[in-house]
Amino acid sequence: MATISPRDAQWREQLRASMTAKERTAIPRAKMTELDPAYRITCNEEVNQGLTQEQALVEARRCLDCPDPQCMTGCPVAINIPGFIKNIERGEFAQATAVLKETSALPAVCGRVCPQERQCESRCIYNKMKREPVAIGYLERFAADYTRNHPSGEKIEKPALNGKKVAVIGSGPAGLSFAGDMIKRGYQVTVFEALHQIGGVLKYGIPEFRLPNAVVDVEIDALRALGVEFVKDCVVGKTLSYDDLIADGFDGIFVASGAGLPRFMGVKGENLIGVMSSNEYLTRINLMGAGHEGWDTPVLKGKRIAVIGGGNTAMDSVRTARRMGAEVAMIVYRRSEAEMPARLEEVRHAKEEGVIFNTLANPIEYIGDENGHVTKMLLQRMELGEPDASGRRSPVAIEGAIDEIDVDIVIVSVGVSPNPLIPNSVEGLNISPKGTIVVDDSLQSSIPMLFAGGDIVRGGATVILAMGDGRKAAAAMHEKLS
Amino acid sequence: MCNNRNNDILRNMNKIVEKQYFSEKVVKLVVEAPLIARSRRPGHFVIVICGEKGERIPLTISDADTEKGTITLVVQAIGESTTKICALNEGDFLTDVVGPLGRATKIENYGTVVCSGGGVGVAPLLPIIKAMKEAGNRVVSVLAARTKDLIILEDEVRKYSDEVIIMTDDGSYGTKGLVTQGVESVILREKVDHAVTIGPAIMMKFVAELTKKYNVPTICSLNTIMVDGTGMCGACRVTVDGKTKFVCVDGPEFDAHKVDFGEMMMRLRAYNPIKK
Repeated sequence: MATISPRDAQWREQLRASMTAKERTAIPRAKMTELDPAYRITCNEEVNQGLTQEQALVEARRCLDCPDPQCMTGCPVAINIPGFIKNIERGEFAQATAVLKETSALPAVCGRVCPQERQCESRCIYNKMKREPVAIGYLERFAADYTRNHPSGEKIEKPALNGKKVAVIGSGPAGLSFAGDMIKRGYQVTVFEALHQIGGVLKYGIPEFRLPNAVVDVEIDALRALGVEFVKDCVVGKTLSYDDLIADGFDGIFVASGAGLPRFMGVKGENLIGVMSSNEYLTRINLMGAGHEGWDTPVLKGKRIAVIGGGNTAMDSVRTARRMGAEVAMIVYRRSEAEMPARLEEVRHAKEEGVIFNTLANPIEYIGDENGHVTKMLLQRMELGEPDASGRRSPVAIEGAIDEIDVDIVIVSVGVSPNPLIPNSVEGLNISPKGTIVVDDSLQSSIPMLFAGGDIVRGGATVILAMGDGRKAAAAMHEKLS
Repeated sequence: MCNNRNNDILRNMNKIVEKQYFSEKVVKLVVEAPLIARSRRPGHFVIVICGEKGERIPLTISDADTEKGTITLVVQAIGESTTKICALNEGDFLTDVVGPLGRATKIENYGTVVCSGGGVGVAPLLPIIKAMKEAGNRVVSVLAARTKDLIILEDEVRKYSDEVIIMTDDGSYGTKGLVTQGVESVILREKVDHAVTIGPAIMMKFVAELTKKYNVPTICSLNTIMVDGTGMCGACRVTVDGKTKFVCVDGPEFDAHKVDFGEMMMRLRAYNPIKK
């Protein structure tokens, strides 16, 4: 796709010439303003406050507008990173967002939740100079937020319909990104969502303090304004079958139903009251409003909470627990902190909020009281052995080193499996042994015109990869349908 | 399939078109839900939300009318949310209804089937009784409740059963005694090939113990705590045959002889101290 802000545009050449590289690299990286930890654990307000306009203008100058920008190779959807940053530098914020939207359906979301330190920012030329990389994520968020808060007032024109219609199953990042691309190409798009809210994991999973629902809703409303239809409370495979969708004349179907099924460890006592999945804990609080005034859904509260796992969902859970009043909130992780898959920022935020990191420890049993409430857990102490298949040093139990720790809530956050609802309900669909839908390079499944992407294919990945799949499937489906 | 189905989907559904009190705390609601009415099978359930800030409550479907596009739910006011649902009137809307969820009952011609239901458990039992009868089974239904007023759907059950045995704790109707006595009386007098039991967990536990003694394969339907009802949260997990299962996607029906009812009853009390 040709970019709307090419590098050889005159304004970009002028901008490059306006400052030397030496001047640019001398600027220190912008510091994100964050809420004070003592305050933020008392509320659900977003921790990262975003860059000010002044900060963004300065940070944008740091980008050297490289001729061969490596940052883009680190982005799963290959956002034209220098293109949007240089638009910020020249003060054209709406144009910056337009560049972002060329490749990313949800820049305000990605600017907040993408692991930039492992993607775009890890490839920034500044790393080679032993300097902190350009704050690409902060700038992405700035542009998207600025445009959201300063709407152009232009009437959104619905794209002309091409007479074909497509169905999307699931309204998470993969589904939304697919829907956005297809509506722009002129398809009639209907998104089916099993829950009563649109947004999937962006709503039920990621907490308000990291990704406010209002940010997600703006993106959903933008899709609505373009003509995307959303049908909530509709479980494809149950309420409607695959055959119903075909009979209804959908020319193509994109399955983006996510990794719905929480994994448990099979540890003794895991079904005691107070032991639950992170999906349950976060869904009760984020989606169902548990713990907030006026909402009917309850959630168990505890003084001592342990979250098992080292990923982003584990961090989201443990930080939520602090906000729900846990006096002791701890991460229990079987490897060391260096191997943790969670974002560095999440780990840092959790520590600032008083979360205890109990690493090289693995639960082997939960013990309950006479009412079946969990009261203790037994942790096997571990040490790092030889590297395993993932390249990380694998944890090995230290014989006899077992700790007994008091807990009243345990949140198991050791991963999810693909939701079997769709795989089980479509005959002839090729499913992997892990339960994911098998797709070819174009993301088409074994059934023609049935495409799939996101966690139902990947088994458990990131928002940006899911969005990338949505885009890719949209392009491939469009090619087949035109 | 009609062409305007898409409009149907997007139309505001979930209207309560009929309400009937079975007893002070047990209400029958007939709800407009054409898609669910069309696709539901015996054994399926729905998740219902009442109010924008309401909780997701699983309710089994007791009947459906595909012509009228309605489903029938029987709700017992036991907590805040079910009390709210029971207070709705004809013409009111449920905020959300999603389903049908869970796996459908395995219906086949077993021979003689004893279907036992306790309290509001008779409601989800009714479509199973009907389907078992239609599959050619001899169906003996055992309905049990504390007292006469709490026996529900008796006429409908009679319509599809070869015989109906009523048991009440206080003897105010039918035979005085427990559901297990009713079931045992059938097993003792004739060959029973299959049993289905739906009701309070403690009742199903005792029926399961009884039928195990006589080697009668038995299916129970579990109504555990749930949040999403689609396999996402695991709040509904139970131990069946030593393995953890999710009631919402693996059930709600299981081999009653293999369910760990003790654990299930314990887990049902998870929210008792913090809920009014």
